[in-house]
Amino acid sequence: MKPLLSVRHVSMFFGGLAALHDVSFSVNKGEILGLIGPNGAGKTTLFNVVNGFYRPSRGDVFFKDQRISHLKPNKICSLGVARTFQVVKPLQRMTVLDNVIASAFLRSRTKAEAVRTATEVLGFTGLLADRDVISKGLPLGKRKRLEIARALATSPELILLDESFAGLNPSELNESIQIIKDIRDRGITIMIIEHHMKVIMAISDRIVVLNYGERIAEGSPAEIRANPLVITAYLGVADNA
Amino acid sequence: MGQMKRYAPLAILGLLAILPLVGLSTYALHILIMVIMWSVIGMAWNLLGGYCGQVSFGHAAFFGVGAYTAGIVYSKGGASAWWGMPLSIVFVSAFAMVIGFICLRLRGPFFALATLAIGVILRVTAENLTGLTDGDLGIMIRERTWVEKTWYFYVILILAAITFYLVKKVIESRLGYYFVAVREDQDAAESLGINTTLYKTIALCLSAVFTGLAGAFYTNYMGYIDPKVVFALHDISIVTIMIVMIGGVATFWGPVIGSVIMVLLAEVIRSIPKLGAAHHTFFGILLIVIIIFLPNGIMGDMPKLRRILRMGKSS
Repeated sequence: MKPLLSVRHVSMFFGGLAALHDVSFSVNKGEILGLIGPNGAGKTTLFNVVNGFYRPSRGDVFFKDQRISHLKPNKICSLGVARTFQVVKPLQRMTVLDNVIASAFLRSRTKAEAVRTATEVLGFTGLLADRDVISKGLPLGKRKRLEIARALATSPELILLDESFAGLNPSELNESIQIIKDIRDRGITIMIIEHHMKVIMAISDRIVVLNYGERIAEGSPAEIRANPLVITAYLGVADNA
Repeated sequence: MGQMKRYAPLAILGLLAILPLVGLSTYALHILIMVIMWSVIGMAWNLLGGYCGQVSFGHAAFFGVGAYTAGIVYSKGGASAWWGMPLSIVFVSAFAMVIGFICLRLRGPFFALATLAIGVILRVTAENLTGLTDGDLGIMIRERTWVEKTWYFYVILILAAITFYLVKKVIESRLGYYFVAVREDQDAAESLGINTTLYKTIALCLSAVFTGLAGAFYTNYMGYIDPKVVFALHDISIVTIMIVMIGGVATFWGPVIGSVIMVLLAEVIRSIPKLGAAHHTFFGILLIVIIIFLPNGIMGDMPKLRRILRMGKSS
């Protein structure tokens, strides 16, 4: 099967620091790919490379066989790659609905069309009741969902979710997991960064593990759970002395 | 209420249009013309600074280029200075595009500083490019089109009406959503597929064109321009910002309310003996008061103002 997105030998240096070092993997159409790793492993940097905020120091990113690693974020988004931010970036002084309208305009010719898409997406993410709330006043859980709603409104083929579950309470967590599954059922491919192991193991088809900017493992959740390298990266080496 | 709001602009326009018929004094008409001209500049600035969030300290540059387009068309081209109005659209938007290419890659305070510099650079250029601008001598329009001010009033009123209408249309459209998205978070906007550089340039060009039109009108109306007046930092660039700040940033009526207050205040203060020369001091104090008590301006803090007024009444 042809991959939807392929990351090929990507390295990203900040001065002397290698945030990513020779990372390669691919995302297949229709799957949920989990991206995990300890803090500072380079997960968000990788998203920033795929999304176009950073131009990789070495290597390339291909989306549907087109090289996208030299394009600007807005171009990459219009090709069909949307993302959310770990540190949420709502358009603060706009209402929830206006936030989503602003991104729905990407694929809408008229305002009425944008409003329709936005309303539909808000219903899908369970934010319809909050449509007229100024997004600054939204609680964190809903702001995280607004990020997802906004990304969805651009009608992406691939969506990059950066810790959309962090800081949620258990009921919000279940809602969000359901939303992710619903997104996949719509035929949208998902790449997700998550620290919540239970969640990532439950929803991912495959998992890529990063540590110190390098890809140390790739496989099904079961394989990853049993991988000694991953266990070492997360828990440290057993001290037998 | 909603109906009232919808027709308020038309009602005000109609009211203003019949005002000269009731026989205003020349002075009153002059003040009115100044208020309306400043409203145009304020609305134009608001588009870029208020909605798109790119705060410009150099709108005098666009005002001046518009004014000098009209002046040079007359002095060098031998045509009516009124041709300056359509021509300024071409020149000012071309100029704004160059400025945008240089300055819009800067964010926040750096953009503000760059525009501040552009305004000053233009003034110095106009002072020294004597072959074109006659430098400090300025340009004098010898044949006034009308002796009466009435027709000048209608010209600027029509320009203001067009500006108001277009700003409203733009803000309610895709452009408006993109401008505000850029203001709120450029990175988020960019990742939502918004070409931030493009839309910032559009906001800058639109804003510059209306400011330039006001400048071209100014040349025709005043009949004399020189670099120190039309490229003035404090009397044009800063006053523009104050008008919008006082009236209410990112509101439709803010720039209009702000112009009324600023123009009247300037007239009142200037007429006070001895203190008149210090009108900038008063502007400064006013700005500080506004920032502390009404940070969103009069229109933006309307609910707060209403509350304060009601409290005053009940006690």
